[in-house]
Amino acid sequence: MTGEPLIVMSNVNKWFGHLHVLQDVNLTVDRGEVVVVIGPSGSGKSTLCRAINRLEPIDSGDIHFDGQLLPSEGRPLARLRSDVGMVFQSFNLFAHKTVLDNVMLGPVKVRGERRQAAQERARQLLDRVGIGDQVSKYPAQLSGGQQQRAAIARALAMQPKAMLFDEPTSALDPEMVGEVLDVMTSLAKEGMTMVVVTHEMGFARHAASRVVFMADGQLVEQAPPNEFFASPASDRAKDFLSKILTH
Amino acid sequence: MSVLVDQFSVFVNGFWLTLQLCVLSAIGALLIGGIAAVMRIAPAPPLRGLGTAYVTIFRNVPLTVVFFFTVFGLPALGTTADFLRIPILDLAFPRLAIDLPFFRFAIIALSLYTGAFVCEALRSGVNAVSPGQAEAGRAIGLGFRQNLWHVVLPQAWQASVVPLGSVIIAMIKNSALAGFFGLTGDLSQSGAELVTVRGFPVVPVFIGIAVGFLVMTMPLGLLLDRIESRGAMTR
Repeated sequence: MTGEPLIVMSNVNKWFGHLHVLQDVNLTVDRGEVVVVIGPSGSGKSTLCRAINRLEPIDSGDIHFDGQLLPSEGRPLARLRSDVGMVFQSFNLFAHKTVLDNVMLGPVKVRGERRQAAQERARQLLDRVGIGDQVSKYPAQLSGGQQQRAAIARALAMQPKAMLFDEPTSALDPEMVGEVLDVMTSLAKEGMTMVVVTHEMGFARHAASRVVFMADGQLVEQAPPNEFFASPASDRAKDFLSKILTH
Repeated sequence: MSVLVDQFSVFVNGFWLTLQLCVLSAIGALLIGGIAAVMRIAPAPPLRGLGTAYVTIFRNVPLTVVFFFTVFGLPALGTTADFLRIPILDLAFPRLAIDLPFFRFAIIALSLYTGAFVCEALRSGVNAVSPGQAEAGRAIGLGFRQNLWHVVLPQAWQASVVPLGSVIIAMIKNSALAGFFGLTGDLSQSGAELVTVRGFPVVPVFIGIAVGFLVMTMPLGLLLDRIESRGAMTR
């Protein structure tokens, strides 16, 4: 499976007003690869992640997903998004629907699956992320960790070709980070293609196939995790690591 | 106070017609306001402009003026609002189908005026839904309309119910104006006639009118409280 590019970003630029948040970014993610994006706040990590399913439109450059240029709008864009799972920092579970209905909505309304089949798979997925006993609760009744695991199940229910994680553990209490990372690690082991923006260096070390370091909208360096953490090539990466790893 | 007992049927008939006017105008206002709200949040700028123009005009012009333009303007344009003579519906609301157009005019004026407030109540509800909700909907591949229908509107509705209720309550009270623009037989016009034509004392008659309005508005307020406490569950 690996070796074949699934996500290709070439010369991607994006401005927020005068702020040049993505500067000539080139990034290729192969099938089955787990790419962890790290870097200081405001470096453009989240924007990079959100550009891949066009939640953030880019100003210039190309993004190809699965060999196809990202559609700019309408049905083709919706179809593409349905193939890319996304997990948000703030979970964003549909507040008015039960956990089960959250997971079923996409398969039923976007894919047109029968409710029965969608429900069966939703239950399996929720079991798998460890909240099979919470299916009829509303998001507000769950802990942060449970909500985020439900959000992962919701994304997986679309049987995506890749998963994007935009700081999935940043809004969680410390004791709940582990349960979410466990789910992500098992996904990575199963060969899911993943782009993960995170500050969890532990996860980057053991689950990533490649670490990408971003600063000031630029992709500064990328390397396998052991190489990156042992001997970062750039000064900015050294500086960043020294700040976060000394405590 | 004997007028309230002796002329009870006048009050009941007036109440009944006012209730009909309010039910139909509320439906009209919700339809118009709903469409205007969707226009105001639509991705297409011309639609947004049109929605905004409608709200700006009808929210800022006095209801009396809206009534004036409806009752005198529409006939000048050569229409008696016959499109409101809706078959089947006119069986339940016979006034819709009569030749005198003032009942239909009153519905149009109240719906147009109240629709602007309905639009803003709905829109504030949509704004109360966090952008992350719509984003999550887009991320799983829902289209604009699906996202609106399955994710945004149900939550906007919960946030809008209470302000919407206040708008409808205000509309019910505003309907008292219809009697001064040609409508006969509604609660306030019948009451006014008891005083001015038949010489009954003012105070008891207007107490009767007030009670009639309270019977319509207070249960609505209680219903809203119920809906509000039920919706609090999911937040």
